[in-house]
Amino acid sequence: MAQLTYREAVARGITQEMERDPTVLLIGEDVGAAGGAFKATVGLLERFGPARVRDTPIAEQAIIGAAMGAAMTGLRPIAEIMFSDFFAVCWDLVANQIAKTRYMTNGQVTLPLVIRSGNGGGSRFGAQHSQSVESWAMAIPGLKVVAPSTPTDVVGLLAAAVRDPDPVLFFEQKSLYATKGEVPDGEVVDELGTAKVVRQGSDATIVALAAMVPRAVAAASELAGEGIEATVIDLRSLVPLDVSTVAASVAATGHLFTVEENPRLCGWGAELTSVVADECFYDLDGPIVRVTTPHVPLPAADALEDLALPSPSLIADTVRRRIG
Amino acid sequence: MADVAVRQELAGGSLPARDILTLLAPSGVRREDPALECDLDAGAAARLWEAMVIGRRLDRAAVALTRQGELGVYASSAGQEACQVGPVLALDAEDWMFPTYRETVAVVTRGVDPVEALALYRGSAHCGFDPRAARIAPSATPIATQALHAVGFAMAAARTGSSVAALAFLGDGATSEGDAHEALNFAGVFRAPCVFFVQNNGWAISVPIEHQAGNVVLAARGAAYGIPALRIDGNDVLATYAATRAALARARSGGGPTLIEAVTYRMEAHTTADDPSRYREAAVLDAWRQRDPLARMERYLRDAGVLDDARVASVTAEADERAARLRRALQDAAPLDPLRLFDHVYSAPTPLLERQRAQLADELSRMEP
Repeated sequence: MAQLTYREAVARGITQEMERDPTVLLIGEDVGAAGGAFKATVGLLERFGPARVRDTPIAEQAIIGAAMGAAMTGLRPIAEIMFSDFFAVCWDLVANQIAKTRYMTNGQVTLPLVIRSGNGGGSRFGAQHSQSVESWAMAIPGLKVVAPSTPTDVVGLLAAAVRDPDPVLFFEQKSLYATKGEVPDGEVVDELGTAKVVRQGSDATIVALAAMVPRAVAAASELAGEGIEATVIDLRSLVPLDVSTVAASVAATGHLFTVEENPRLCGWGAELTSVVADECFYDLDGPIVRVTTPHVPLPAADALEDLALPSPSLIADTVRRRIG
Repeated sequence: MADVAVRQELAGGSLPARDILTLLAPSGVRREDPALECDLDAGAAARLWEAMVIGRRLDRAAVALTRQGELGVYASSAGQEACQVGPVLALDAEDWMFPTYRETVAVVTRGVDPVEALALYRGSAHCGFDPRAARIAPSATPIATQALHAVGFAMAAARTGSSVAALAFLGDGATSEGDAHEALNFAGVFRAPCVFFVQNNGWAISVPIEHQAGNVVLAARGAAYGIPALRIDGNDVLATYAATRAALARARSGGGPTLIEAVTYRMEAHTTADDPSRYREAAVLDAWRQRDPLARMERYLRDAGVLDDARVASVTAEADERAARLRRALQDAAPLDPLRLFDHVYSAPTPLLERQRAQLADELSRMEP
C-alpha cells in the first residue's frame, strides 16, 4: 500500500496504462513540461517522452479532434481538457462526433479514447472554471461517464476507462486533488458501471458522486451520533448507471437521498430518482429528496461558493428532517 | 491590388485567373508550369477523365433519385468532379481521406459502391461503407470537423513511422469555422503528414466567398501557419492530381502539411433542398460551363489521340449501366429492422438500453397482425 493524493493517483493510473500498452498516449495543454495545470501529470513527460506525452497549443477542438483521429488508427489516446467548463468549447467534437461514431458506422469505427478533465467547484475559480458538467455528458448517448472520489478509484477506474472499447469522459474533481488515500501496490483495475457501498446503515440511502461522497460520509457520521444509520453509496459511474446497487439499498432502507454538486435542473440525481420511483416505488417509505447546488452559476466568493455547494450539515439536516 | 482585383472578379461573378496554377487550359491545351509538375502522359491521364465521366453520371442519378424520393436529400458534386477525382486518384492505397457530405464523387472514385456511398442520403445508414476497408473516414456533416480528425490521424500515423498520409477535403465555407484554424495550426506546429484540399466553389450555401473571407485567396492562409500553400484551377484535373500528388510526397518525406486551394464553382444548388435562384444569377453558370472540367479533358485526350468516339461511347455506356444498377439497388432495397435502433450505441448495451429495446420489441410484436 502507498499513501497517494488524488492527483498523484492520476499520474499513477496513466503510468500504469502507458507502461502496459504502448498505444496509450497523453495529449493536452500543459500536460507535459508543466506536469498539468493541477499537477496531475507530473513526471509523465520525463518517463515517456514527448512522442507519447504531447503538449499542445490552446486548442480544445484540435485536442479532441486529433484524439479522435488518433483513435481511428488504433491508438488509445488520453486527452485532457484542463477545466471541464471548456467542454463547451469543443462539444461538437465530443457530442456530435466521438459519441456517435460507433453508432453511425454500424460498429465499424470504434474510438477507445479517454477524455480526462478537472471538474467541479470549491476552488474559488468562479462561474466559468468550477462547473460540474457530468450531467452534460450523461445526456449524450454513446459516452460513458466516470467520476471517482478516492485515489484508489482514480487508478482503477482510469485503467478501466483506458481499456474500455468506448469513449469515456473521466471527471477528476478538482477539490479532491489534494485528498489522500491508501492505494494498493501493483496493478489496479476496476470495473465501469459499478457503484460502491462505502457505509452501511438501515435507516436511509444517501447516493453521492465524487466530491460529494466524503461530504455524505461526514453527514452520515453526524447522523449516527443521533441514532440515524445511513448507507452511503458512491455512484462512481453515471453511464453505465448501477441502478441495482441503489435499488437493493432502497429496498432495505426505504429512503433515498441524492447529493449532487451539479446545479439543480437535470442533474444526475433527477435520472436516478426517476428510475427508483419507477422501479422501487413500493419499497419507499417517504419521498425521494435531492440535495443539490442551487440552479445558479457558482460564485467566485469563497463564502458564497461554500453556501452554494451541498455541505455535510445541509445533507445531515435534510435527512434528519425527512426521517427523524 | 491583386487581391482587390480577384475579389472584384469573384464579386462580379466572372472568372478569377490571377495566380491560379493551371496545366490544362479550358480549351484543352496542355500547359507546363514549373510550380506544378504532372508526371502523367495523356494515356495515363485518361483514367482521370473516365472517373469524372462515371462520377458525373452517378451524381446526376443521385439528384434524380432524390426527386423520385429514393434519397432524402443530396449535395451534388456537379462542376467539381476534377476537385474530387484528381486528389483521390493521387492517393496511395494505404492513405486515408476525410470527406464531407459533398464528396460523393470522391468516395465512389475511391472504389466504394455507390449504393453504400449514398446510404447517408438515403437515411438507411449514417455511413454505408466500411471506413477501414475503404480507408475513408465517415463523411462529416458538421462543418470542418474532419480537418481535425485528419490531423490527429496523420500525427498518429507519423508516430508509428508509417508513410500513410491523410487527405482532408474542405469547402470554402469550412474555412470560416474555428475548427479549420485549429486544424491548420496543429498541422503546422506538429508537421502532420496531412493535405488540406479546399474546394473553393464560391458559395457557403447562399453566402458568396467575398462575404466569407476578407481575403478571398484562401491559399494565402498557409503562410500564417507555416504551411506551404498553392492555388490551383479546380476545374483542371491534371492540376488537382499533380498538386495533391506533390503534397502527399512532401507529407511522406517528413515535409509536413500542405494547403491546396482549388478554385471551382458549385454548378448545382447547395443541396436538393436549396433553391439558388433566390440568391444568385443563373448567367454566372454560363461562364463556368466554358470551364467545364470534363469537356476540356476530353478535348485534350482527343487531340492527344488517346480518345475517340468509340471509347467515349463505351465509357458513357459503362457510366449509364452503373447508374442503372444504383437505381435498381435502391428501388429493391429491403426494409430496415427497427430494433437496429439500439445497435452500436456502446460496445455492449447498457441495462437501460436493453430494457428500452425489449420495450420496443414488445410494442412491435403487439402491433403486428
